[in-house]
Amino acid sequence: MIYIAWWIIWMVVQTFVLYNTGLLDLESATIDAAVTTVILGLGGYVMISSLRFYRPRQVMQLVWSVGLSLVCILLIRWVALQVVSETAYPEFLEKTMIIRGLFSWLMISIIAIVSWIWFYLREQQEIEDRKLSMEKLAREAELSSLRQQLQPHFLFNSLNSISALVGTKPELARKMIQELSEFLRGTIRKDDQLHVSLEEELNHLNLYLEIEKVRFGHRLKTEIIREESTKRMVLPSLLLQPLFENSIKFGLYDTIGEITIRLKATAADNHLCISIENPFDPETSQPKSGTGFGLTSVQRRLYLLYNRSDLLTTRHSGSIFTTELKIPQPV
Amino acid sequence: MIKVLIIDDEPLAQSIVTEYLQAYPQFEIAQTCNDGFEGVKAVAHHKPDLIFLDIQMPKINGFEMLELIEQPPAVIFTTAFDEYAIKAFEAHAIDYLLKPFSKERFDKAIQKWLLQNEHSQIRPQVSVLNQEIRQPEERNRIVVKEGNNIKIIPIHDIIYIEAYDDYVKIFTQKEMFLKKKTMSFYEQNLNPSQFVRVHRSFIMAIQQLTKIEPAEKDTYVGLLKNGTRIPLSKSGYLKLKTVLGI
Repeated sequence: MIYIAWWIIWMVVQTFVLYNTGLLDLESATIDAAVTTVILGLGGYVMISSLRFYRPRQVMQLVWSVGLSLVCILLIRWVALQVVSETAYPEFLEKTMIIRGLFSWLMISIIAIVSWIWFYLREQQEIEDRKLSMEKLAREAELSSLRQQLQPHFLFNSLNSISALVGTKPELARKMIQELSEFLRGTIRKDDQLHVSLEEELNHLNLYLEIEKVRFGHRLKTEIIREESTKRMVLPSLLLQPLFENSIKFGLYDTIGEITIRLKATAADNHLCISIENPFDPETSQPKSGTGFGLTSVQRRLYLLYNRSDLLTTRHSGSIFTTELKIPQPV
Repeated sequence: MIKVLIIDDEPLAQSIVTEYLQAYPQFEIAQTCNDGFEGVKAVAHHKPDLIFLDIQMPKINGFEMLELIEQPPAVIFTTAFDEYAIKAFEAHAIDYLLKPFSKERFDKAIQKWLLQNEHSQIRPQVSVLNQEIRQPEERNRIVVKEGNNIKIIPIHDIIYIEAYDDYVKIFTQKEMFLKKKTMSFYEQNLNPSQFVRVHRSFIMAIQQLTKIEPAEKDTYVGLLKNGTRIPLSKSGYLKLKTVLGI
């Protein structure tokens, strides 16, 4: 449309110039302009179409545009001679051939340059889009694999506990099988819900903790404290379990005797803040500042989701190791 | 009676071994232990014929526990660990049971032990095991025994290690520990970018080095932060230079 409008404007201009300068009468000027415009328009269209599929190098481009304008001008000459009846016209046409030739070439070249740039930009845009969607796919794949990182160690030891219970306390064994199944179902649930409420996440976590408590007996105690206001807040699903797993690992394997792992959830500044505390032995383990202790997968997930790397931090004082998590809430 | 110890930090895991053992009246469970510390004491106290040993346990793991025992008894590992670890100790331990294991599999392990016990009085050298099993946590520390105490030394506390007959002396800022291990064991198992064997009898922590001084003709000594002078052999000096990039 724009292309056609552009040519109509040129046609009017050309008619006006030819008529106003007194070179031709109105009829001849109109016909002359119309013929020129239509043929150059077609020529330009040929140029655009060819560039859509193939963009030659500069030299070839020049040869191609010169050739095309030559064809156009010869065609214009021939058609114009057929249709214009004014007696002085052939002579006038011959005189203006060079100007017409240059004009055609200029027009065709402008069209070529504009469409070349246009197609080039569009191609770049497509490459960019493809790259973005590739990155998105890769990101999703990475996220889902990070979500599903479950320690086989946990699974096999739980199964071993069940195996022991079957002989002595079949009822408890059945309960544990149910908890384990429900927990596993939770970890492989559909990934469409990126965020879950804290409530839901804690329910899932509880299943995990129940199983761990059966495994470790009286040694493991947990305490979960949360502000009422955090109830509706959301967080990425399956984020807490790896953190607890980590705390349990360092709490239980680094100390002897009973341990308590504490979770506190508070709301601050449109963020959900969660802290997890576990005891450790400062003499034998040296917790690194920042994120040590194999929390990298959680860190990575948060980075992919929020593009921030300051959401997971750890600190330690005395024999208490604290992991802190900040989750931005959707507005 | 055959004396048995069960060492596992999970009560249910202990109970399944106990349950399976009921089929063997000739076996007597001397004690069940919840961690490696208890295990070391119980082994010394009961002198068992056979122990069932978990690997991942509080404070020190099963391998570290074995390292602390002068003459370790026969061991059957019970673990949820993966194949990588299994392959390594396959050749040495009596058997390994992958949790959860069946009664049949357990019986097979017992048979294996009975057979070995009948045919030879020589127990397999279990302590060799830990040379091949490398777990992430193990690299970070060395476990030693001091009288009745067990001490865990973080690797970064070590200043240098010196050969001492069948033992090595491990020096930290404050103390010195003896451990029955070879120099080449530590040479292979400590991070080579942090520890360099600079002499037949010395391994040095690079971090601690402040200066290299010429000693006699063609020989050098390394001066450590705490003032200790460590002789460098010719090849040790070259190795040190490569690691330091000079």
